[in-house]
Parts: sequence; structure tokens; C-alpha cells
Amino acid sequence: MTTQPAPAAPSAPYDLLYSQTEEELRAAVRALLTDRCAPAGVLARAETGRPHDPELWRTLAAGIGAAGLLVPEKLGGAGATHREAAVVLEELGRSVAPVPYLTSCVLATEILLAVACDNADAAALVAEAASGGLVCVPALPLTLAPGAPLPAPVHDGGGGVLSGTVTSVADAVAADVLLVQADTGLYAVPADRAALTPRVPLDLTRPLADVTLDGAAATRLADPASARAAVAGALLSGAGLLASEQLGLAEWCLTETVAYVRERHQFNRPVGSFQALKHRLARLWLDVASARAAARAAADALATGAPDAPLTVAVAQAYCSGVAVRAAEECVQLHGGIGMTWEHPAHLYLKRAKADSLALGTAGHHRGLVADFAELPAP
Amino acid sequence: MTADAEDLRARTRALLAAHPPAATAPADFLRARFDAGLAWVHYPEGLGGLGAPRTLQTAVDAELEAAGAPDNDPRRIGIGLGMAAPTILAHGTEEQKARFLRPLWLGEEVWCQLFSEPGAGSDLAALGTRAVLDEEAGEWVVDGQKVWTSSAHTARWAILLARTDPDLPKHQGITYFLCDMHAPGVEVRPLRQITGEAEFNEVFLTGVRIPDTHRLGAVGQGWAVARTTLMNERVSIGGMRIPREGGMIAPVAAAWRERPELRTHALHQRLLELWVESEVARLTGERLRQQLAAGRPGPEGSGMKLTFARLNQEISGLELELLGEEGLLYGDWTMSRPETVDFTGRDAGYRYLRAKGNSIEGGTSEILLNIVAERVLGLPPEPRDDKDTAWKDLSR
Ligand SMILES: Cc1cc2nc3c(=O)[nH]c(=O)nc-3n(C[C@H](O)[C@H](O)[C@H](O)COP(=O)(O)OP(=O)(O)OC[C@H]3O[C@@H](n4cnc5c(N)ncnc54)[C@H](O)[C@@H]3O)c2cc1C
Repeated sequence: MTTQPAPAAPSAPYDLLYSQTEEELRAAVRALLTDRCAPAGVLARAETGRPHDPELWRTLAAGIGAAGLLVPEKLGGAGATHREAAVVLEELGRSVAPVPYLTSCVLATEILLAVACDNADAAALVAEAASGGLVCVPALPLTLAPGAPLPAPVHDGGGGVLSGTVTSVADAVAADVLLVQADTGLYAVPADRAALTPRVPLDLTRPLADVTLDGAAATRLADPASARAAVAGALLSGAGLLASEQLGLAEWCLTETVAYVRERHQFNRPVGSFQALKHRLARLWLDVASARAAARAAADALATGAPDAPLTVAVAQAYCSGVAVRAAEECVQLHGGIGMTWEHPAHLYLKRAKADSLALGTAGHHRGLVADFAELPAP
Repeated sequence: MTADAEDLRARTRALLAAHPPAATAPADFLRARFDAGLAWVHYPEGLGGLGAPRTLQTAVDAELEAAGAPDNDPRRIGIGLGMAAPTILAHGTEEQKARFLRPLWLGEEVWCQLFSEPGAGSDLAALGTRAVLDEEAGEWVVDGQKVWTSSAHTARWAILLARTDPDLPKHQGITYFLCDMHAPGVEVRPLRQITGEAEFNEVFLTGVRIPDTHRLGAVGQGWAVARTTLMNERVSIGGMRIPREGGMIAPVAAAWRERPELRTHALHQRLLELWVESEVARLTGERLRQQLAAGRPGPEGSGMKLTFARLNQEISGLELELLGEEGLLYGDWTMSRPETVDFTGRDAGYRYLRAKGNSIEGGTSEILLNIVAERVLGLPPEPRDDKDTAWKDLSR
């Protein structure tokens, strides 16, 4: 066999398991969500057009301390890593929880951490976000992918007075502070200085809004080069950790569907005893088990700052997006008519899964990145 | 005594010092390695192991390989290593273990598996090969026909399932034997396959006499023993550690890089999808090994064979398309009886055809999906009426 060294050879085997601490964290988050984030409640909130649950957020962010996982202790955080944040996201995915975790505690936090050593305002903001007392959201389109150029940046009219519009910003309606990448650098803008135009989102649990700044006074946090690097790093982490949200979501869909087909009888037997369904679910299980390995690898690669982290993240996104969508689609299909109803939560999962597959780069975009990293160029 | 990683490193170095690979005949080195307990470190002392955790083997193998030590060609003796050995270890008498394990590991005695029959493939427990005890001689007399037997033409020994009581339901009257392939009455006929060569065979058993001392496990308990074999058969593929872009994806990726004139956009998308899936399969295998090492084996093992079968078939199919005109050609259709199955060293056409067997051999993908659905997901079994009926009364 032709054994030439593979491109971007992995540094060391990733730790793909969950530690004791991670399992304890999972148990705490799951207990909270079971208690306070049941599907019926999520749906009821989503119908009001204000899906976020501030009480749930307070307990998750401050009570359990999930908000500060990525933040070092000296900046007021828990000094944990992407591995722990990934476990939180698995649980949030499992319950399609309407909380701004991915946006505030991952994306915004990573941006702020990247510039905090040179900027006291950024350090103060990240400390406040870590305590759960402040929701900080990056004013970036949810679809923005690692490696893609920022569309139409916001313009600085001079002295940090910003103008411009950013579309499809996730969780903007819950933000206290917006992080804005403008042509002259990175800025923090109090949310009440921006005009928000809420959009009707496909995913009812992660609200979208267009953010318009019309001469908004902002605090400068970093120069353009640092801003670009900080945002690029945050998008990489965000994409890598989104795989864990997708994993949790897929797992819920599988478990729920298996439970349903065991109970539901047609033709005088449980429908789950029909081989056509058994094989589909067995394949889905295999995909979910594989997605777990991919998502864990991405979390560990980010946690250890491995040189091949960008490839591992691209692999995880290229794989997990599809698995989550398929799991949600199978969930709807194998529930039959009830799966098409508004009252059954399956649609919340399908909508989140599909929106997630567009967020932070599609599978196709990430395969393109794999092509670059693995040196498999397009024709 | 259980050896730890430190201890194993010291023993490996000592073995290399006492038998420098460059100055030692390969067979002698392998014997010394077996006797040092470094063959399969999780086996008991005296049987090629040290009772160490199984996962420590990887480090030993890596160190020996780096030092240029010969390997015992697991491809040639795969059935012995992957299936016969763990079954003999789990169910054999002390005499059987002492007699069979050493020459098996050394490759001095190749093994084959006499399980499948023309009338019993997926439904293996329906097998009809008969074994009748000649009490006076203390020997069993075996009659029947086996099929698809890989390596029967090179094998010295076989693991054999035969029916010893046709009046019981099919899972109960089966007994497990170790069969001498050189015994009178064993006839091996090549069975040419899709690739043109005869890797497997038909085996006819006519009045073959097997001493009772070569029975493995109790009379009538053959199915329980066979489950050990089948479990090991299915996990043995997932146990392999492969590098990133190792295995079937390697030659396609290499061709893609070296021959830009073959590239098209449609093939690019498929190649990337399969590259990603191969990497995820590699990580899933790695995660499985880490779970085993942590003493928490996960159910993923039951699925790995399914993944590899699908990927091997899709990747080798893509490779032929990528090669264009060259993909229309085939290496050599001459009928031969190979001693090893070499997957990646052969041409793309062979890979494409041979990979078709990956979803049939060792349990078809359909059967494995049933197993995952029922044992992992807990879905209800198919309704069936063969479990309580005497074997002789089943329809065939
Ligand atoms: C390359 C190769 C090497 C082999 N080497 C050996 C060997 O060394 N020793 C040995 O003993 N055997 C060997 N086998 C045999 C192998 O184990 C059998 O071929 C396999 O178990 C399938 O049995 P079968 O061929 O009788 O197919 P069948 O069982 O007749 O299956 C026919 C089709 O029906 C499907 N099917 C059967 N039952 C079900 C079910 N309950 N639900 C859904 N679908 C079902 C199967 O998946 C398959 O698609 C080898 C096979 C191959 C291809």
C-alpha cells in the first residue's frame, strides 16, 4: 500500500471521551433544562415572538456558571475549555433551548478574549459576560463562515461613530452590548444605540434581527487587523462547537423516535419491529455515534489549540450538519402525522437543525476548507 | 501479575537487545517475541501474553515496527488471529490452548472457518453438517458441506460447527470442533469469485474423524462458543488503527493530487464527502479504542464494520470513475488461489470488486443493521417461529 505521510497529519490522538467533571457539568445542565425548558414551554415562548427565557438564562449562565467556561479565572471566568462548553452545547441542542449561549458565551467571548490583553474595556466586558450579568452578541450574520469575507462592513464616520447595517444577527434582541466589526476596527456598542429590525426566523428558538447603526457612538476595542484575527478565531471556535449543539439535537431526535416506534402499534405490532424502520434507525444511530467522535475531536482540538484544529473543525461541521438535519427529518417522518403537527416538538428540532446547517458555514463551505487543508484542490 | 506500560517498554527493549532484528531470522524473532509475552500482551503468561491491558499492544507493536522487527503477517493468518484464537482462549482446555495458540500466532499453522453452508449463511444456526460420536473410539464422525471458506486451501486447522442433535431446536444441538484440514475425508475445491481468483472454497466433509479432545466447549453448547467467534470477527475490523487518510481513501487522494487532468467538479464533491467520512470513521474507531482503554466499551464496535463496508465500496467505485479510460481495464483475470487478501496493493478494479464482499462476509450489512436495531436501540425483534421447533422439522 502507498503509505505516504498524509497531509495535515494529526498532532496527537485527541481525547474523545468525556471527563468526570464534564459529566457532572452535563448532569447539572440537563437537570436544569429538564426542569425549566420542556418542549411545550419552548414552543409557547416562541409563539410570543420573544423566545428567550431570561430566568433560565440567569440560572444557566450565573447559577451553573456556564457563561464563563471559556474565560480564564483572572478575567472572572471558570478557566475551563472548549471541551466543557461543548458539553453545555450538546445539552442545549438536545432541548433546543432558546438562550444566547452560542452567540454570547462562545462567539462574543472568543472575540473579546482575543483582544482583552491589549484593551481594558474588552477585559471588563468579557468579565461581565462571564458572570452572566451581560449578554454580548457579535453583530455578524449568522451565516458568516470561517474563511469567508465579511460582507459590507460597518463604516466609521470618525471618532467611533458607526453607521451601517448588518443583517441576520442571531440573538441581537437579547443583547446588552453588540460587538461590531467596522472598517476601522472592532467596537462595542450598547444595544440601545442600535435600531433592531426583528425578522421572522425559520428557527423559532434563535431569533434574528437586522442591526442598523446610524451614527451610533461606540467604544473602540481593537484595530482592523486584530479585529479580523479575533473574528476569524471566534468563527472557528463557533463552528467547532456548533457541531456539539448539532450532536445533542440529533441525539434527542434519535432517542425520541426510537421510543415512539417502540410504543406505536400498526398492523398488530409495534412499528419499530418493521425492518424498514429498524434499518433506518440503526443507520441513524451509527451516524450519531460518528458525529460524536467528530464533534469531540473538534472540541478537543480547540481546547488544546492543536495545529490541525481548522481541519478538524471543518471535518466536524461538514459531517455534523448533515447528521442533525437527517435526524430531525427522520424524526418527523417516523412520527407520521403527529410529526407534522405544531404541538409536537419535532418541528422545533427540524427548524433548528436546518438553520444550524446554514449557520457558520454550510457543509459545502466546510468541505471546501477541507479541500484546502488536505490538499485536494478543485479542478 | 499484570504488566504496565513501563514494564512492557522495558521488556520490548530487552527482546530487541537479545534478538536484534537485523541479525535474527524472522521466524526466530517471532518465536522469541511470543515467548517473551509480547505477542498479544493481554493473553496469559505462557500463552504469548502477560495479562496486560489489551490497549498496551499498540505501543509494543509501534516500538517493534520502528526497530525493524518482522511482523507475523496478520493478513495471512487473519482468521486464526481474529477468530480462532480468542475463541480457544475463552473456551479451550489448557491442553488445547497450549497446543494451538503458539503455532497459530507464529503463522506456522493457518486457520480457516468452516461455518457457512449452502443452506445456512445469515441463518447460521440452521446448519446441517452432522457429527456423530463413535463412543468406542472417542471420536466424532463428521459429514456435510461447507461453503465460502476463505483460506481453506492454505489452512492446517479449521474451526467447525456441526449438528450433534437434530431433535433439538436449531440453536441447541450444535457443537464446536477444531478440525484437522489434513484429515482423511476433507476435500477442498476452489470457488472462483467475482475478482477472477479463488480466495474462498467449497469444503466437503465425508466421514471425517475428529477426536473428542478437539471438541471446543461442551456438547450441544456450540452456539454459545460460536458467538464468541462471531463477536470477535465483527470487532476485529474496527480494532485496526489507521492514520489520517489511511485505508481505501489513500490511493484515490494520491491519484487526485498527482493527476490534475482527471479532476472534475462533480468528482471533487464526492471525493471531499468521502474524505470527510473516512476521517470521521477514523475518529470513531479511535474513540472506541479510548473507551475500551478506559474500561467503558461502547456499542460503536457493532457499527464500525457497516461503516467500513459502505465507505470501501463507495470510495473504490469513485476511484474507477476518476481513472476514466484506465478504469475500464482490469489487472489480471487469471484464476489463482491467493494466500493473502491484499486490499490496497492491488489495482483499482480489484479493489472495487473485492470491496463488494465487505458487506457480505462476516455477517451481511442487513444482519448487522438488525443487530444494532435490536441490541443497541432495543427495537422489537421480527416475529419468528423457528426458535422452538426441532431443527429436523424446520423447512429448508
Ligand atoms: C469474501 C467472503 C469470504 C467468506 N469467508 C467465509 C469463511 O471463511 N467462512 C465461512 O464460514 N463463511 C465465509 N463467508 C460466508 C459469509 O459469512 C456469508 O456469505 C454471509 O453470512 C451471508 O450468507 P449467505 O451468503 O448465505 O447469504 P444469505 O443469508 O442467503 O443472504 C442473502 C441476502 O438476504 C439478506 N438477508 C438474509 N437474512 C436476512 C434478514 N433476516 N433480514 C434482512 N436481510 C436478510 C442478506 O443480507 C443477503 O442480502 C464468506 C463470504 C464472503 C463473501
